[in-house]
Amino acid sequence: MSDALLSIRDLSITYHSQGRAVPAVRGVSLDIEKGGSLGLAGESGCGKSTLANSILRLLPAGTEVTGQITLDGKEVLGLSPGGLRAVRWTAGAIVFQGALHALNPVQTVGDQIAEPMSLHRTVANDDAAKDRVVELLRRVGLPAARAESYPHELSGGQRQRVLIAMALACDPHLLIADEPTTALDLMVQAQVLALLDDLKEERNLTLLFITHDLSVLTYACERLAVMYAGRIVEEGPAWEVFENGSHPYTRALAAAFPTIGDVGSRMAPSGLGGDPPTPGDLPGGCPFHPRCPLAHDACLPAEPELRISGEARSAACVLV
Amino acid sequence: MTSIAMQRRRATASRVWAQFRGSRQGMIGLAVLLVFVAMALAAPLLADVRELNPVFARAQGNPQWAPPSVFPPLGTDYIRRSVWAQFVWGSRVSLFVGLAATVLTILIGSVVGIVSGFVGGKVDAIFMRVTEWFLVIPFLPLAIVLASVLGRNVWNIIFVIGITSWPSTARLVRAQVLTVKQRLFVDRARSLGAGGGHIVAHHILPNVSGLILANATLAVPISILTETTLSFLGLGDPSAASWGKTLEEAFVNGAMARNAWWYFLPAGLGILAVVLAFTLIGRTLEEIANPRLSRSR
Amino acid sequence: MLVFNFFLFRVVQTDPIGSLFRGRNVPQSTIDNLRVAFGLDQPIGTQFLYYLRETAQLNFGLSYQSRQPVWDEIVRAIPATLALVGISSILSAVIGTFGGIVAAWRRNTWKDHSITSSTMVFYSMPDFWLGMILLVLFAVVLGWFPVGGITTAGSNETGLARLIDQAYHMFLPALTLTLAYLGEYTLVTRSSLLDVMGEDYLTVARAKGLRDVRVRNRHAVPNALLPVVTLTAINFGFVLSGAIAVEAVYSWPGLGKATADAIRGPDLPMLQALFLLFSAAVIVFNLIADITYSWLDPRVEEI
Repeated sequence: MSDALLSIRDLSITYHSQGRAVPAVRGVSLDIEKGGSLGLAGESGCGKSTLANSILRLLPAGTEVTGQITLDGKEVLGLSPGGLRAVRWTAGAIVFQGALHALNPVQTVGDQIAEPMSLHRTVANDDAAKDRVVELLRRVGLPAARAESYPHELSGGQRQRVLIAMALACDPHLLIADEPTTALDLMVQAQVLALLDDLKEERNLTLLFITHDLSVLTYACERLAVMYAGRIVEEGPAWEVFENGSHPYTRALAAAFPTIGDVGSRMAPSGLGGDPPTPGDLPGGCPFHPRCPLAHDACLPAEPELRISGEARSAACVLV
Repeated sequence: MTSIAMQRRRATASRVWAQFRGSRQGMIGLAVLLVFVAMALAAPLLADVRELNPVFARAQGNPQWAPPSVFPPLGTDYIRRSVWAQFVWGSRVSLFVGLAATVLTILIGSVVGIVSGFVGGKVDAIFMRVTEWFLVIPFLPLAIVLASVLGRNVWNIIFVIGITSWPSTARLVRAQVLTVKQRLFVDRARSLGAGGGHIVAHHILPNVSGLILANATLAVPISILTETTLSFLGLGDPSAASWGKTLEEAFVNGAMARNAWWYFLPAGLGILAVVLAFTLIGRTLEEIANPRLSRSR
Repeated sequence: MLVFNFFLFRVVQTDPIGSLFRGRNVPQSTIDNLRVAFGLDQPIGTQFLYYLRETAQLNFGLSYQSRQPVWDEIVRAIPATLALVGISSILSAVIGTFGGIVAAWRRNTWKDHSITSSTMVFYSMPDFWLGMILLVLFAVVLGWFPVGGITTAGSNETGLARLIDQAYHMFLPALTLTLAYLGEYTLVTRSSLLDVMGEDYLTVARAKGLRDVRVRNRHAVPNALLPVVTLTAINFGFVLSGAIAVEAVYSWPGLGKATADAIRGPDLPMLQALFLLFSAAVIVFNLIADITYSWLDPRVEEI
């Protein structure tokens, strides 16, 4: 995998809270080649956001991270603080979820977009930075005057566009999109997806897209990886995985989100009962067995490993 | 009250206690406070009350301005009284005034807050205007003015502190009552035909009592410090010498120029210790009542 | 406000003229004359109208004690208090906020614990008692600073020398008020910054490649300081109140000492005017806080 822009090997992440070890990610390996795109799916608490934040080492101090993360040829976990800061936002940038407080409420959005430019010296001076902010805002479909706005003056969709413009500020090679369409209404969700799609083509971006909505991922990405309880349980070409999942969990997720923004599907029972397990307290054997419609005795003795389930596909289920 | 409700309440109390026991600052505060409460209760055993009387002190042959080395344990003052006796008996007055004033503060604040939040409408508007008005008025000058108008007496001091410091409690309780009111079960209770009094007693009060308790614990330090300041400024009760009164007498009679540290250090340290103890306990209770705060600890 | 102030002082059962001459042998006719002079013989309604008119003209009557116009005495005392309270407020806000930032940023380290616990100790002391201790230690025992007053007695220096002398006299009272009031800033700043530190925009700032120090100074602190601004104005009233007892300890000739002296009287016209002034000052500072807040926080509409 020499042409992989992002390569993760055997990554484990453990939070320590109040003397208890909480494993959030347990031995994940994945690759995205240059210009490729991977969608990472799973319910909240499965470790997908933890994984996204670990790529730029944004996890809280005291979090235990083992394994290897290679981004743009650099060993991220071994970088010095200065080297790490140099990699952040240039090698990889994150599009955060706009519904949350990802924007500083007391700074104009223009200043916040321009901030990494002057920091990484990708522009000559303040005027050049201003020009580039305007250019970026236009590119994501916002008027130039929006640079002077404060976050609270924008709609949810506009905020999400600002966050996309911000992520593009230093021409990153890898774009990590963490739930960029969650909490947006349907039309805006589709627009943001289209925008990301355009940008990816136009700038030859490599994309790691994270959300619980399998249909969104299938639209946006070439490959899909499904996470459950801190592990990848299925991986393969997006449409095949979506249409014909090998793991019962994948099939349940796909059934829950048949198409982008299908209102009916949000209301209808997903066919998946129960709650995801708490990371600190996993059931023995296959962690999915308590919720699995096909569970039987073979699921109990050990946690199944990922194995080949088809061409360029793998899944972690005893039935495969 | 039904036995189920009683059981539930007892369970809550033991859960709070378990959490409280886990907090180091809370336990230190409680230990310090217990020492002073014990001292106040056992005052007659620790020091002869007649030691507070200069005539008795004179007859005993006490020296004047004696340092602790001459007259243990804490020396004497300008009229030969034992400083230790003043310290021990002063703890009674300071603690009593602090606690009684807090009870009054919390009583007024809770009643205003609950009525305002529960009844709403015009009553709420009027109550909140009054509360805001009291909040804006600088509280110590108001207390000073009230105390000088009413005269120097323990009950007046208690009244003055109570009447000036209730507004923040009222606001806090009102906000909490509004939140509780929103919750479904109150509507359910109302639809079952429960009266206002029943809702307040069985649904609102149990839910705001934790907050009121934490708030009360944090209000005691303010009451004690206010009493101390009022006494220091000459508004204390001459017949019930609190720690603040001791400090006033020490100051007025030139203890500082004489460097008679034994006269003004103990009372101040006593106030410091009790105020700190209540603050530590209050912060711990607040963290238990409002877990969002403990995250940031 | 005015109505309250008026009636507050009229419910006094004590007879001010009586207390003025208590224990002294003064002919009844003198007392009656004085009562007429102070307007105390009029019915209460007339007194109130009279009071409103006079207050509007800053005429608070004569001090029972000095027999001087109250307003003149107050005007004389204002500069001393303004200097003391102003400097102490600024110092306690700046130092306290800084301590709170350090404590929050290094939370649960020895720095945090020592800052938090020492400020809580100062916060729990009666402010005037702290003043007494500092006075005994630095003025009586060590003799480094004067024991009180605003200028060295008998000196008639002018200009800069006089200013230096006054600053020298102000050191201990200012130190007392600063220490007594910085605790609140530290605790509020600390918890406010800890709240902000959980916000996503700080993760975003770190993801951009900012140094931790810059994340703190550019993103965390500006947001965390918003509640501190409000506190500064509210606290001004408290420092002003705290100055009452502290000024008394250091014989600092300001409004606080005037209040302490008026209590002993009791000099009711003086207390009444002082109370009105304190209330007005606090209202003005609350207004300033609101304006500053709306200016600093773009989310608040301009007022």
